[in-house]
Amino acid sequence: MSLRNVGIVYRKELTESLRDRRTLMSTILIPLLLFPVLGVGIGYAESEVFGEASREPSKIIVLGGADSPDIIAGLQRAKNLQIMPVVANYVDLISNKKIRAVVDLPPGFQAAIARGENPLVKIYIFSGDLKSSFGATRIEKYFMEYRDEMVRSRLASANLPESLMKPFETKQQNVVSAEKVAGELYGGFIPYLVILMCMTGAMYPAMDLTAGEKERGTMETILSSPTKRRDLVFGKFLLILTASLATGTLAVLSMGATFSFISRFSPSQENGERLAVLSIHPGTVLAIFVLALPVAVLFSAVLMTISLFAKSYKEAQSYLTPMSMVVIIPAVAAVLPGVELTPKLALVPIVNVSLLCKELVAGTYHWNFIALIFLSTCVYAAVALFLAIKMFQRESVLFRS
Amino acid sequence: MIEARGLSKRFQDKKRGEIRAVDNVSFTCQPGKIYGLLGANGAGKTTTLRMLATILEPTDGTALVCGHDVVEQPEKVRANVGFLSTATALYPRLTSQEMVEYFGRLNGLDEATLKKRIDDIFNRLDMNGFRDRRCDKLSTGMKQKTSIARTLVHDPPVMIFDEPTNGLDIMTSRTITAFIRECRDNGKTVIFSTHIMSEVQKLCDVIGIIHNGKLLAEGTLAQLRDRYSEHDLEEIFVNVVAPHFVPAEAH
Repeated sequence: MSLRNVGIVYRKELTESLRDRRTLMSTILIPLLLFPVLGVGIGYAESEVFGEASREPSKIIVLGGADSPDIIAGLQRAKNLQIMPVVANYVDLISNKKIRAVVDLPPGFQAAIARGENPLVKIYIFSGDLKSSFGATRIEKYFMEYRDEMVRSRLASANLPESLMKPFETKQQNVVSAEKVAGELYGGFIPYLVILMCMTGAMYPAMDLTAGEKERGTMETILSSPTKRRDLVFGKFLLILTASLATGTLAVLSMGATFSFISRFSPSQENGERLAVLSIHPGTVLAIFVLALPVAVLFSAVLMTISLFAKSYKEAQSYLTPMSMVVIIPAVAAVLPGVELTPKLALVPIVNVSLLCKELVAGTYHWNFIALIFLSTCVYAAVALFLAIKMFQRESVLFRS
Repeated sequence: MIEARGLSKRFQDKKRGEIRAVDNVSFTCQPGKIYGLLGANGAGKTTTLRMLATILEPTDGTALVCGHDVVEQPEKVRANVGFLSTATALYPRLTSQEMVEYFGRLNGLDEATLKKRIDDIFNRLDMNGFRDRRCDKLSTGMKQKTSIARTLVHDPPVMIFDEPTNGLDIMTSRTITAFIRECRDNGKTVIFSTHIMSEVQKLCDVIGIIHNGKLLAEGTLAQLRDRYSEHDLEEIFVNVVAPHFVPAEAH
């Protein structure tokens, strides 16, 4: 192999790619903008939806209760509840979201409580609907307060201490560092992102440098030069790899910046703690990139081999689009909670790196797995690259018509 | 010099089975002469020239280009060949000069030699007005000149032209034919394929008539006129090809 020729091919492909708007969009612009746009978009949508649901009074209907005037009066006074007239088809109204919840008071409710019985209040809701669950929570809150007040007065009248109601309390307390918490919450997302972006970045140049070259009629031109075909493949491959890694790196940087921006400017949570911010140790970032390298090599070689087979850019697109599903599914599988790294899974490409990255972000280092996964991914990448070179030497592929 | 020895190329086609695109073709092209490969569409001209340029590998037989075997030493062959066809397009996002530089570097020229050669070629072909213009912004004539510069940058002793004037307007065609003559006058070995009789008559020192992958007749124009007792090249061509002609429906 002539490194000089590989370098010449690489520099020429780089020059051409940097002049191509579509490559610049897919390799640089999209990864940089994806997270700010997603972050702001999702944040805005979430605050709008929750904000509206929490501001809007819940329209409810109370069934029964004619013999329980205190309850009706209490519900009418309760914050953010609006009692509507009783209708027979209240189930339809709930399912059409005209009414958020219905309170079903048993006959003689107030009198039954006074007698010390244990009557049941039913709350009918639309399960899964945010505003319906808000309504139900508000109703329950009223009944809780009513019950607590009643117990308190009964205890007082019997000269018993209030602590009898709650003999003890429980409280959950986090003892793990904020970094680890964030790693556990969002950690799985990072390898998914790196893997997906490495593929997205490689996809367009892979098509442009192979099928695109056939389509533009420059394949025969370059084949008439004295360069060995292997050198051509390596030069092209290195450019695709560069694009793949550039996209992955930019996506991670953009995500990091978006996270830190959101955490700095978002309001504190109810418990007074700030949002768990994803801050990963630089060593972990390095480890992820070391692992991402063979994955990017694998993608670059596979995408190049597949699109080399295509006659035109369009044909290459139709081959590579299903490929992204093949990649996304294992990458998502690793994000799912409960999926853990096992020796068998360590040999499954993409899934293994995704799972390992998840552990790395959470601060767990299994060196045996790291070595095994790095090596196996290198082997897959080498096989894919070998296939790409073989494909480039087949006349039936280069001159497919 | 080019020596084709029993050059053959077979393809497998799913519907038609084995296709003999080139069948045992032998000929010699001498330096300072233009060899014209004359044939109808699908006769095997492009496949023959692609094998000489080592873009395709022969199924049987071989060829020597400047003493290098096309099968054994394809890189050395390509270093001695300038290949131009209507299928050899330019990189649209490179400038005219970058395109020529790229091929100069791939041909192993050092930067000083490359600069000198490019200045020389760009002056000679009157290309300085568009040397920094991207190839996708060039006119057809400018593109052809850039392609010529690309084939000449390493000053190869052998030039292979595959239907170089196909689809070009008359003025651009004339640039190409003038260039082919110039190559011959500079002592280069030139082979070119065409189906245009007038081009062959004007340019070629030796004519080879190819049909269905076989070289059916070869000689100077005068020799062919003598052999077939016809003056007009088109009549000679028909006389040579007619006994071997198979209507398209028979394929």
